[in-house]
Amino acid sequence: MSHPLSLAAVALVCLTTLVVGGLGLRLSRRTSDFYVAGRTVSPRLNASAIGGEYLSAASFLGVAGLVYGVGVDMLWVPVGYTLGYLVLLVMVAAPMRRSGAYTLPDFAEARLGSLPVRRVSSILVVAIGWLYLVPQFQGASLTLTLVSGAPSWVGGLVVMVVIAAAVGAGGMRSITFVQAVQYWVKLTALAVPAFVLLALWFRDGHPSPTVPDGWSIPLAPTAPDDHPVYRTTSTVLALSLGTMGLPHVLVRYYTNPDGVGARRTTVTVVALLGTFYLLPPVYAALGRLAFPVLPEGVRSDSVVLRLPGELVGGLGGDVLTAMLAGGAFAAFLSTASGLTMSVTGVLDQEVLRPRLARLTGGDAPGVRGFRFAAVAAVVVPYVVSRASEPLGAATTVGLAFAVAAATFAPLIMLGVWWRRLSTAGALAGLVVGGGATVAALGTTMATDRFTGWPGALLADPGLWAVPLAFATAVVVSLATPGRVPASTTRVLVRLHTPERVRLARSRTHD
Amino acid sequence: MSDLPPPRERVRVTSSRRGASPLRVRAAARDIDEQTALGDVYLEGLMRAQLRLSLAVLALTLVGLAALPVLLLLVPATRSTTVAGLPFAWLVLGVVVYPVAWVLARWYARASERIEADFADVVEDP
Repeated sequence: MSHPLSLAAVALVCLTTLVVGGLGLRLSRRTSDFYVAGRTVSPRLNASAIGGEYLSAASFLGVAGLVYGVGVDMLWVPVGYTLGYLVLLVMVAAPMRRSGAYTLPDFAEARLGSLPVRRVSSILVVAIGWLYLVPQFQGASLTLTLVSGAPSWVGGLVVMVVIAAAVGAGGMRSITFVQAVQYWVKLTALAVPAFVLLALWFRDGHPSPTVPDGWSIPLAPTAPDDHPVYRTTSTVLALSLGTMGLPHVLVRYYTNPDGVGARRTTVTVVALLGTFYLLPPVYAALGRLAFPVLPEGVRSDSVVLRLPGELVGGLGGDVLTAMLAGGAFAAFLSTASGLTMSVTGVLDQEVLRPRLARLTGGDAPGVRGFRFAAVAAVVVPYVVSRASEPLGAATTVGLAFAVAAATFAPLIMLGVWWRRLSTAGALAGLVVGGGATVAALGTTMATDRFTGWPGALLADPGLWAVPLAFATAVVVSLATPGRVPASTTRVLVRLHTPERVRLARSRTHD
Repeated sequence: MSDLPPPRERVRVTSSRRGASPLRVRAAARDIDEQTALGDVYLEGLMRAQLRLSLAVLALTLVGLAALPVLLLLVPATRSTTVAGLPFAWLVLGVVVYPVAWVLARWYARASERIEADFADVVEDP
């Protein structure tokens, strides 16, 4: 089937992104433009920008798909996404801003002054970023195939090209305002169809949906050897700790004026995310009404997009579908551009620039390396998205959260609150936490030989891998007191002292 | 001649105390900045107060989250209770958690700003 209106909406969203990327080229010529713009950003605008960047395919399509498919237990997923910002707020928001770091490797280096820690952090940023980008491309493919009948490789390709062009041109992330608008675009695109569908449902005498057994019963095992309590606890822990370690989250904190502003921004983020997450369950429940069983070969992620056509039909249905398709593309593009920017920055700084400088004797202009890096940053996850079986957007994103929770969360939290963290301890925590999580998730994906408890522990490693990473970092740090950086106290003074107190030596002038 | 006043006792004249440091307590902010032992005590106090507040919020969150499964387990009737047409568990997980999380976040932000303001009052120049 083909929906000209939806195609127009998708094209409009893509064009806007490209134009804004092009404008970014004109507006942000110097590095200082990139940084200084942040000084004037109010907490409310900044919070919208964070929300706009954070709400991805997983939130827009994936949550409703999961709740539709599995039931009430999946409501924990958006709760985990939101709690991530509560944990971020109470543990790291203000110190993160005061650190003056722009990326996670920057933070690691500022706190520990260690090149190996910076290297490992960089590898992790790229890995988490790529893992997070894969479902964005898959979501785009699904959406475009649904609204235009195009082959499934087209949607991801469109997003890939638009993002590479926008990021390569000027770094669209520099424009806080655009990301802020994206939040409201997504909220509107999801809310208006939801209210229309709800109104129609009431008019028809609000019939109850037919649901499979256990769909609305919390923490009910879905199989004989399923462990729903473990699975849910582990997922919520990974989501709520993983948020602070996502590559595209820290960067937004730089645009807060000070630590207090960073906290106020985060409070508003919690409110904005909470508002948004009221909507996906509506789609899941109405989806149960419209599709008691999904037709063969239809993924549950597409429930959101299919609903208006099924329940409304005609021109009204087309308009609502177009809104949803446009909103979904806004979600893919805004999240993907933030992630691509982070991955590109790391690839450029750590890999390409040193190599190019050696090859050309320092003659190559810096921007060329940045553009190569932008292309590499999107091509790899696109290839993976084509080669791998789609797992469902929220599930794949969950993997990225799990890795972030077992690596960056211990590093950042111990870095902010614990004086005795040594470089060896930080490094060991990153390697052990990341290695264990990747191994467990990899095993789960490679083989379904493990069932029962081993299967559950491997599929959701958060609950044991995160404490393991913390314990490793602490034990190794205590064993290597000689490797505690000499600058620790100075950095902690900077992270915790309120801006009102004048510090001549400890403060960086950013 | 004899009624001449007795000679004054000789007095040792030393330099005035002009160069001595004034009787003003130096601001603790400098100690913090220069990472003296005293500054360390101040920093330790601030960090401890902030961390205690943060851990309290996390503990509250944890208790709140765990309360739902525990309630559903201990009082099986709540599994099928509906409030305003919505199942109880759906209402809690889909709606109620979000405003509660926001209120908690707001309370935390205010409390930690208060800690910082008190700290700044103590360590800055009087």
